[in-house]
Amino acid sequence: MAASPEIRVAINADPDIVIARQKGRARAIELGFSSGDATLIATAISELARNIVAYAKKGLITLQVVNGSNRQGISVTASDDGPGISDVRQALRDGFSTSGSLGLGLPGVRRLMDEFEITSQSGRGTTVVVKKWRQ
Amino acid sequence: MEVPILKQGEYLIATFQAALSDADLNQLRSGLVHQVVKLRSRGVIVDVTAMDVMDSFASRTLREIAHMIRLRGAETVIVGIQPEVAFAMVQLGLTLEDVTTALDLEEGLAYLNEKFKNSH
Repeated sequence: MAASPEIRVAINADPDIVIARQKGRARAIELGFSSGDATLIATAISELARNIVAYAKKGLITLQVVNGSNRQGISVTASDDGPGISDVRQALRDGFSTSGSLGLGLPGVRRLMDEFEITSQSGRGTTVVVKKWRQ
Repeated sequence: MEVPILKQGEYLIATFQAALSDADLNQLRSGLVHQVVKLRSRGVIVDVTAMDVMDSFASRTLREIAHMIRLRGAETVIVGIQPEVAFAMVQLGLTLEDVTTALDLEEGLAYLNEKFKNSH
């Protein structure tokens, strides 16, 4: 295996949420994150994977190592070809939800991680990329 | 993985063994409520010490369990939320609202015993 292989977890049903977050935690620990930070990363992965199952049914979680100028981190990409989000700004507001869930997903994930980017187009799917840097 | 439910006198104790899927959590919810009715339990302790992540679904299910059991006239205590899990829950914006929590199994049992001590 290469030194820092990318890890991909297909999200097709709710048991995949658990698999994705366990792989994320294991990877974060391997990269030297504290156990507390690994829990934050695993929790963010759980919510992102949950959004895929709830809104798009199928998608992919990809874990990658990212190198900054003098720091290393982990990036988590959650991508799907689902219905997309028509109003991203609204989806980032606390309490907003269209699936009857808690509506805490995206704003909460943003608080758990250091960087957060979302691209979504109605009818074309959603990609969320979050990063956390090792302290 | 199914969550075992242990009967101890008037109480039920459900101990999470590892990471649980949504289906496992739903099963626990209906299993606990049925057992509370069947065994006429007065208190339920849900021990989440082994839980790696408490996301929005897990915390909503725990809240639902506690509310259903309260409607039945019994009391639920969630015990063993790990400090790191608690930190992540707060960052995520999750609360267990009015659900009782305790440090560990021992404190959970002490809480229930105190609550029901005058009722015998």
